[in-house]
Amino acid sequence: MNTLVRRNWLLNGIAQLGECGLFFLDILVALPKSLRHFREICRQVWFVGAMSLTIVMTCGMFVGMVLALQLYYTLSIFGGTAALGTVVALSLFRELGPVVTALLFAGRAGTAVTAEIGLMRATDQIDAMEMMAVDPIAYVVAPRYLAGVIAMPLLMCLFNALGILGGHLVGVTWLGVDNGTFWGNMTSTVDLWKDIIDGVWKSLAFGAVVTLIAVFQGYNAPPTSEGVAYSTTRTVVFSAIVILAVDFVMTAFLT
Amino acid sequence: MNSRPSYAIGTGLFILLGFAALAYLATQTTSVANVHQGHSYFVKARFSNIGQLKERAPVKIAGVRVGSVQSIQLERGKMDALVTLAIDDKYNDIPDDSGAAIFTSGLLGDQYVGLQPGGSPENLKNGDEIVLTQSAMQLEDLIGKFLVNGGPKSSSAPPSSTPPKPAASGG
Repeated sequence: MNTLVRRNWLLNGIAQLGECGLFFLDILVALPKSLRHFREICRQVWFVGAMSLTIVMTCGMFVGMVLALQLYYTLSIFGGTAALGTVVALSLFRELGPVVTALLFAGRAGTAVTAEIGLMRATDQIDAMEMMAVDPIAYVVAPRYLAGVIAMPLLMCLFNALGILGGHLVGVTWLGVDNGTFWGNMTSTVDLWKDIIDGVWKSLAFGAVVTLIAVFQGYNAPPTSEGVAYSTTRTVVFSAIVILAVDFVMTAFLT
Repeated sequence: MNSRPSYAIGTGLFILLGFAALAYLATQTTSVANVHQGHSYFVKARFSNIGQLKERAPVKIAGVRVGSVQSIQLERGKMDALVTLAIDDKYNDIPDDSGAAIFTSGLLGDQYVGLQPGGSPENLKNGDEIVLTQSAMQLEDLIGKFLVNGGPKSSSAPPSSTPPKPAASGG
């Protein structure tokens, strides 16, 4: 009995992975058609990107500030507080910026997309579109997907910029690291391609997987209020796991 | 386009803001010196030990960065480290009898290649080799030498490095 449940669980997982992959192919096929709905894409960029600005920028500021505090403490043990700017910048650009932005994005925009599409499904709007010969993947799913992939790297850049400013605020203004040392060591170490652009690649990948999970969960949500709630939770849980796993793989390949 | 949706300006601002942040990061947190700018020429140098030298480490003259380490290979047969240095084209007046040494910035910092200019009227060109090299100083060797006072060939050690007599040992 137990093995049966286990096998079902495993089979269900594999089947869902397969469905998700096929859904991704559907989105890719529908992408050229969805480019005609330019306004819809624009509206979705506004919804998933610009509306996430507040949370991403606030969190970026605080992450930079707490990084500077913690690293100042650690570096002062070794007498290396001159490297504060470098370490803050590198940890933000290479790791924390993409990952934390993606986690926030999954919580702020991914859930909203899942709930929205899930409710469309539950209230038969998607079936109505199909009856009117409007492809719901091209009109509903693909613009949201595209918007997520566009918005994520932009949000990540803003997160990083605010993080650097927060680190500067704490490190230089509060803890008294020399301003020139802070920026000078940072600029001499940080590399545009190896650090910043690698972060952008990571962020693009996170945007692609997080938004895929969000639209997939929404599109396949059980058409009940409980089902939509369940799918929204799954979006956050799966996104968090996949973000961290993809992050590990990409870090291993990029560095 | 006369019925412009209300979110259009917001979306545009968001995208502009995002690219502005990227531009800010690219210009303010990196240095132009790190970006491979212009052309450079390559010179080789052989070291018997390069210590912790890494690719992309800076090459400096008098402390000023003039290039970077392009590649590090083990030269077969000689068992030396063959280090290729990429030096910016604008520094094309380095005498060809200059020496190269591997230094450490600070006590435990990163290692870099320092060039000591010679006096030759000829300048280094692409593909030349720097003959006068000095390997990386190994901190462990230095500490070991200091502790055992240089071993059999201690003539180069300064006199002040003789171990101080234990004053309060009472022996």
